[in-house]
Parts: sequence; C-alpha cells; structure tokens
Amino acid sequence: MSAEVSPKEPLFSAKNKKLLAVPLNRENPITVQVLGICSALAVTVKLEPAVVMSISVIAVLAFANVIISLLRNTIAPRIRIIVQLVVIAALVILVDQILKAFAYEVSKQLSVFVGLIITNCIIMGRLEAFAMGNKPWPSFMDGIGNGAGYAWILIVVAFFRELLGSGTVWGLPVMEKVGIYNIGYTNNGLMILPPMALIIVGIIIWVQRSKNKELIED
Amino acid sequence: MKALRNYIDKIKPQFEKGGKLEKFHSTFDAFETFLYVPKTVTFRGSHIRDTLDMKRTMIVVVIALIPALLFGMWNVGFQHFISLGETAGFWDQFWYGFLKVLPLIIVSYVVGLGIEFIFAQIRGHEVNEGYLVTGFLIPLIVPPDIPLWMLALSVVFAVIIGKEVFGGTGMNILNPALTARAFLFFAYPAEMSGDKVWIAEKADAFSGATPLGHLLVGDVDKLPSFSDMFYGFIPGSVGETSTLAILIGAIFLIATGIGSWRIMISTVAGGLVMGWIFNLFAINDYMAMPAYYHLVIGGFAFGAVFMATDPVTASQTGMGKYIYGFLIGVLAVIIRVANPAYPEGMMLAILLMNVFAPLIDHYIIQSNIKRRLKRVKIKAA
Repeated sequence: MSAEVSPKEPLFSAKNKKLLAVPLNRENPITVQVLGICSALAVTVKLEPAVVMSISVIAVLAFANVIISLLRNTIAPRIRIIVQLVVIAALVILVDQILKAFAYEVSKQLSVFVGLIITNCIIMGRLEAFAMGNKPWPSFMDGIGNGAGYAWILIVVAFFRELLGSGTVWGLPVMEKVGIYNIGYTNNGLMILPPMALIIVGIIIWVQRSKNKELIED
Repeated sequence: MKALRNYIDKIKPQFEKGGKLEKFHSTFDAFETFLYVPKTVTFRGSHIRDTLDMKRTMIVVVIALIPALLFGMWNVGFQHFISLGETAGFWDQFWYGFLKVLPLIIVSYVVGLGIEFIFAQIRGHEVNEGYLVTGFLIPLIVPPDIPLWMLALSVVFAVIIGKEVFGGTGMNILNPALTARAFLFFAYPAEMSGDKVWIAEKADAFSGATPLGHLLVGDVDKLPSFSDMFYGFIPGSVGETSTLAILIGAIFLIATGIGSWRIMISTVAGGLVMGWIFNLFAINDYMAMPAYYHLVIGGFAFGAVFMATDPVTASQTGMGKYIYGFLIGVLAVIIRVANPAYPEGMMLAILLMNVFAPLIDHYIIQSNIKRRLKRVKIKAA
C-alpha cells in the first residue's frame, strides 16, 4: 500500500495526520455528520458488543477505502455504487466469518448488525467522498480516522448505557461491588431502551458544540 | 411589607449593571418580580397592559391544584390506614399523608428551581417561571412512596432534556411534568407500576391494585363503585384520584380564563366517544365497561384539566384545540383498553399529541389562509 505514496511525502505527514484526527472531533461521522445512527442505537446496550462492532467497522472501512482507492481509475462512473457495494459486502462477510470463528458469543449478540455494516452510511459516504478521489495510503488513514470517530462515540454511549442500565462495565458488576444497591439504588431501565442512546448522543453533541464554537450553525 | 420593599430597593444597585453582584442579576430579578409586580412599562406601541404576567398565570394554576393536593394528602393517609386495617381520625390520616407528600414537593422544587437558576445564570437571561407549575404537578402524578432520589433524577431529566435543551420555558415540545413521569415509568417500572406502589407503607396482605390494575387483569367486577372513584377514595398517584377535587380546579381555571375549556371539553368528549366505540364491540369485560367510567379512572381527569391544557405544548389555534383534545381522549382510551403493557394511557396520549400539536396548528392556519384567499378572489372578480 505504501508503495504508492510519492517519495516526497512522508507516511505521517501533517496532511495525513489530519486525516486521522479531524474525524475524531470536528468532522465526526456520528455527532457532526449524523451518519450511522442506526447501529449506534442497536449495539450500545453493552460495552463488549460495541467495541467489537467498532473494530469491525474500522477494519471494513479502512480496507474498503484502500481497495476502492486502488480501483478508482478503473471503475466506470456509472457502476461505481455497485462496485463499492461488492467490495464492502465481501469485507463484511469476511469480518462476520472471523467473528463467528473466534468470538461466537459476541457475534450472536451482534446478530444481524454485523451484516448491516454493509448499509452503514459512513462507509458508503467515505468511499464516495474520499476513496474515489485519493491515493490508497491517505484513503487508509481516512478510513481509520472515520472508523475511530465512529468507535469512540459508540464506546462512550455503550459505557454509560451499560453502567447505568445494567450496573456493569464489560460484564463486571461494578455497581454491586461498590455496594450502592444496599442504599436503595436501582438500575435505570430507560438506559436499556433504544431512545436513551439517541439522548446520550444528543448530550455528546451538546457538549461538543459548546466546546467547539465553529460547529454551531445558525 | 414596606420594610421588604425598602430592603429590596436598597440592595438593588448591587445587582444592576456594573454592581459588584452583577452576575446574580437574574436570580435577584426572579425574587423581586416574584414578590412585587414588575415596574417595567411599554415604551412604544400599545400602552395598556394586562397585569396578568406569567408569574400570576402560574400562581393561578397552582391555586387550582390545591384541592387535588389537599385531597391527595388525606387520601394517602386514608389508604395507608385502610390497608393496615386500622382506624384513624381525619387529622391522623391527613398528617400521615402530609408528611409523605411534603418531601416530594420540596425535592421537586429544590432540584427543579436549582437547575432553572443555574441555567439562567449561565445563559444570562431571566429566571423563567414555568417551573412553578411543573414543580407542583410532578409530586401529584407520582406514587406516594417513590424514592426521593428517583424523583430528583426525573426532575433533572425533565428540566434539562425536556426543556432547557430546547431553549427553556415556552420552547419545550413536551410537557415537562409528564416527561418526568414518563422517565420514571420507563426507567424504574418496579416503583411506578403494578399493585405494590400506590399505597404508602402498605401491609403485604392487602391488595393495592388501582382501578386500572383491576381492569388490566380483567377483574371488572372488583372495581370500586363509581361514586368512590369520583370522590377519589381509591389508591393511585397523589393528586389524580379525586375527580371531584380536579373538577373544582377545572372550574377555577375556566372561570379565571387560564385553562382552555376547549381542550378540557374535547378531551372528555374524545374519551367518551372512544369508550362508546369499544362498547359497541364489547369483546371483553373491559370494552363493555360504561364509557363514562374512563373519566374517573386513573389520570384521565387530571391529565385533561392540568396536563393537556399546558399553554406551551398544546395547540394554539381554536379549532386545533378541539382536534388536539379530542385525539388525546381517543388515544388515552385506546392505549388503556387495547395495550396491556401500558395500563395508564393518558400520559402517553398527551405526550404523543404534544408532538403533533404544531402540525395540527400548521394545517389549521393553512386552511384559514386558503379560505380567506378564496373570499378575496370572489370580491376581486
């Protein structure tokens, strides 16, 4: 992959680093572009599936970006969407098979949502917007960056939903260990219901925009 | 009183622009206008103003709620002693209920107003009065034994997520008091539903089922008599049981012109119509129950009088109010009868119609414009 990088530009040039960093905050796929909300609702009840889902999306996005970027000059514009879909679908099947082989329990929890990575708007969006017009290495960085931007939101949401909804973190009964149930504390059932994921994403957006004024639109 | 006025005038300059306590201007202003009619006058346009500002409006609603509150306090004690099988005097019953309900009111006001003041300070606007009513409504629509921290949490949720994120009082889409109740209902179902929670410190052997609870399992013959349910001698949330007390509040609200009679009437009509439609089919005992029973069971009356009429979240147009109220009544009865997961449909019906209120208004206004345009064209021709 790195063979295509022009010799003048170092691998981690300022431009490439920006590709990694910008999607984490200022162009975050979930909180700013509001893409990929569907899976953010579905897989964030517990931390473990959220992390596995994040890794899957990062892997699919990075490699799909690279492959499409390699093919970008040979794809006829009329059929580019179907080509992108074939590439994504192939990668998703790979990820699905790997999960089934090595993390069967989690793959059962994620069930249909691994398959639904195919329809995740973030992936199609990046392929269209970035990989079709850039070289493989920057595309790879862009894929990792956007995947990570998606991942950290998912993980934060899942952390709070699991902690407050089930009283556990990664399956560990944290709340029970602290002994907070003895003084009358109860788990919050609303946290397990999907609407709460939207509300937490909303709160993250609120915090992010009040820290980062340039995101506020009129 | 004169001394208080003088004291306020004395400390006022410190809170004005440039004063050393300028930061707390909104807090000061809130207290001053709460105690005295503000001195602000219009400086252009019409010069005659109604003295009825938002604070007075809110106070009228609070006064209208007092019969329901007092009855609720007594009923909490009454139900408690019945469940224990003890007899107690009127004042013992009232005192017991008073001690149960007072902490709810205090927690609701302290937490809610605390958040209001903090947001007012941060955003630099005046403290909004909307919470005066919300804070009074919330204790009336929860079970008497609700843990206080849960109540506090629901208030935090309702004020921040239900109101402040939309821009504060007057901007909210959903009724904040019902948002608090919906939060409790979905977050802590064990404390908000079932037969165990509606009587304070109930004896275990005594069935504490509300009328809705009986209906849910199909025990229509176990319902209390209509008059008991009308007067409110039944278990339930603090302020919702007595239709009579709510009716007194409703008359007061209509007489002062604060509450919309259009919404109240049409909500009741909607409930009755849907009840009759169910009567026509009458597949089970619940559907066969006389339609007017729906009006005195659960939170229907309380919702119709105090929740549906919230001026911020209801429809604003005259015709829209009829449609909005009617659909609340219809939906509440449908949810009650047809969906066993939610025994109390009133809360969900009002919240749902809150969301649709702007849409209703939009189409009413559009049709008005169209009708008038037609008139203009005919004249022109």
